[in-house]
Amino acid sequence: MADRFALLQGNEACVEGAITAGMRFYSGYPITPSTEIAEGSAVRLPQVGGKFVQMEDEIGGIAAAIGASVVGVKSMTATSGPGFSLKQENIGYAAIAEIPVVVVDVQRSGPSTGLPTSPSQGDVMQARWGTHGDHPVIAISPCSVQDTYYQTIRCFNLAEKYRTPVILLMDEIVGHMREGIELVPEEELPEEFKIVNRDNNMVDGKPYACAKGEYVPHQPPFGTGTRYNITGLYSNEYGFPTNDNDIANAKATRLMEKIEKNLDDILDYEEENLDDATVAIVCYGGTTRAVMEAVAQLRNQGVKAGMFRPVTVWPFPEQRLKEIAKKVKTVLVVEHNYGQLVEEVEKVVKGAAKVEFLGKWDGTTITPAQIINKVKEVSKNAK
Amino acid sequence: MPSKLVEKTFRMENLPHIWCPGCGHGILMRDVAQAIENCNLDPEKVVIVSGIGCSSRAAGYMNFNTLHTAHGRAIAFATGIKMANPELTVIVITGDGDCTAIGGNHLIHACRRNIDITVVVFNNNIYGMTGGQYSPTTPTGEKGTTAPYGNIDNVFDITGLAQAAGATYTARGTAYHATQTIKLIENGIKNKGFSLIEGVSVCPTYYGRKNKKGSVVKMMNWQKDNAIDVKKAANMDEKELKGKLIIGEFYNNPSTTGEYTERYDEIIKKLGGDK
Repeated sequence: MADRFALLQGNEACVEGAITAGMRFYSGYPITPSTEIAEGSAVRLPQVGGKFVQMEDEIGGIAAAIGASVVGVKSMTATSGPGFSLKQENIGYAAIAEIPVVVVDVQRSGPSTGLPTSPSQGDVMQARWGTHGDHPVIAISPCSVQDTYYQTIRCFNLAEKYRTPVILLMDEIVGHMREGIELVPEEELPEEFKIVNRDNNMVDGKPYACAKGEYVPHQPPFGTGTRYNITGLYSNEYGFPTNDNDIANAKATRLMEKIEKNLDDILDYEEENLDDATVAIVCYGGTTRAVMEAVAQLRNQGVKAGMFRPVTVWPFPEQRLKEIAKKVKTVLVVEHNYGQLVEEVEKVVKGAAKVEFLGKWDGTTITPAQIINKVKEVSKNAK
Repeated sequence: MPSKLVEKTFRMENLPHIWCPGCGHGILMRDVAQAIENCNLDPEKVVIVSGIGCSSRAAGYMNFNTLHTAHGRAIAFATGIKMANPELTVIVITGDGDCTAIGGNHLIHACRRNIDITVVVFNNNIYGMTGGQYSPTTPTGEKGTTAPYGNIDNVFDITGLAQAAGATYTARGTAYHATQTIKLIENGIKNKGFSLIEGVSVCPTYYGRKNKKGSVVKMMNWQKDNAIDVKKAANMDEKELKGKLIIGEFYNNPSTTGEYTERYDEIIKKLGGDK
C-alpha cells in the first residue's frame, strides 16, 4: 500500500488517483512514456481486488476496458502517441454507446514513432477530434504530480456522471516528473473531487432513456437483471439499432448536449495575476510550470503578465477566455507543438485581443526565459 | 407461429432479422440459443458479444445481455467482461472476416490465455455486409467482388488456428447439421476455458451467386452430402477426403495450467485483495 506522503512521478500518481477513484480494471499495452501507468496498475490492482490485463495490442486495451465498464467496473487504459491513434475508433464507440471509461494519453513528441521519450502536446486536437464523426469528449490536462492525482479522480467522476470517455491528457513532462505528493484518501477528498458512482436506476424502464431535462441515460450493468442491447449504431431507447433519421438525430444531438448543457460542472480552469494583466498567457499541462515561473519573474520586473490555464481542455472554456480577452491587449498561447490550441484560442478571441504564439516541437521543453523574452517582444508589438 | 425456444430466447419485437432469404445465419443463431437453453443457464447471467458484419447482427435479436461492438474487437471486449465478472457466461458471435482478419490478433491471444469465453464463428466464406468481398475463408480460386479473377490467397483453417494458439475446445458444425452443431456449442460453453466452434453457414446472395453454387437448397444439400464426421474421417485417406468438409469435435482438452480468470483470482487471494 502506498504511504500518504510519497515522492512519485506523474504516471505513478495517476495510478494512485485511479485506485482512489475506484478503478478496479485496467487493460493496456506497453508504450513509452506511459508504461509506468500499466506497471503500477499491475502491482496495485490485485492488492485491492481489482484486475489487470496486458492485452495483445492498443485496440484490445481500450476494448477490454470498455467491456469491464459494461459490467459496472470502473476501468482505465493508458497509452501514448501511436497508441492513442490506435484507440480512437473505440473512443468513439464508448461515446456513442455511452460507456464510462478513462483513457490516459501521455503525449510524446512527433507523429508516428517520433521522439518517444521527449515531451510534446501534439495530441491536443486529436483528443478533441481523433475519432470519426461528431462526438462528445471531455479532456483534462494536469500540470503537476499532485494535480495528476486529483485530476485522475475527476476524470473517473466525469466519466461516471456523463457516461462518456474521458481523456486524461498528460504529457511526458508531467508523466515523468517526480514530486512529493499527498495521496489524500477517499474520505478526505476536497468536495470537488468527491467520488461519483454512476446512477443505474433506469428512466421509464428503458436503458437509454433520459429523465426530462436531463441528458444522461442510466443503463444498468450487464448481469444485474436487465437484459438489453448496446451497440455502436445509432439506436433507440432500448439500445436497438435504427435507421430512423429522427431517432438518430435525437441521439446524436443529445450526445453533444450532455456536454454543452453541463459546462458549469465540466469546465475547470486556473487563473493567476489576470486582474490587471495586459498579457494573458494561455497554457495547459506540463507547460504550466514554466509559465508560472515566467509570470512571477515578469511581475518582479513590472510586466503585467497573467496566466489562464484550462484544466478542462475539452470542452474548451470559451466564455471565460472571451471575458479575459476583452481586458488584455495580448493573449499569448504557449504549448509544446507547432500551433494547435492557439487556433481554438483565435476562434474564441475573435480579434478582441492580439493572439500570439510560442511553441516548441523539437522534443525539448519551453523554458521560463523563452516565455519572458516572448512576452517582452509581444508587449512591444502591442503598443 | 414461433417456437417456444424463439419466444423465450429472442426479442420478438426486433424480428424479422435483416439477413437475406436463404442465409444460414438464422439457423446458427437458433443453434446458439438452443445450446444456451440446453446448458440451463440463467439468461440474466449470459452475455453475448459480437463484432461487425452479418453474423454480428445476431446479438441484437437475442434476449440476453447483448453487446454489439466494433469490427474485429468482440473477443477483446469479451475479455474485459469476463475478467471483470467471471460469474457471467460470455459467448461471442462473430464472422470469418470479423474473427480471423481484422480480429485475428484478439482471437489468437484469447486462445493463448485460455480465458473462459465461447466463440461461435458464423463462417459464410465472404464479407456479406459490404457486398461480397473475399475473406480469409473464401476458397482459393473462387471469386468475390475484390477477387474478380479468382482468389489467390490461401485459406485459414479457423479451428486449427485456434487449437494451435491454445484454445482448449474446438469444433466445426454446419447450418445443415443443426442437431450436431447445437451439441458442439453446448460442449463449448461447458468447457472451462477458451472454446471455438466454427459454424459453416451459407451465403447464397454473394458467395453462392458469385461462384455459381446454385440455389439455397443446393448449397444446403452440399453441406449434407459432403460433411464427414471427424471420427469417420480419421479412417479415410487424403484422396477420399478431397473436397469434403470435416465436422465434429476436434479438440477437447482442459488446460493443464487452468483458466485465465481463475489464475488471476489466485494472485488476488495471495495478495489478500479479496478481503
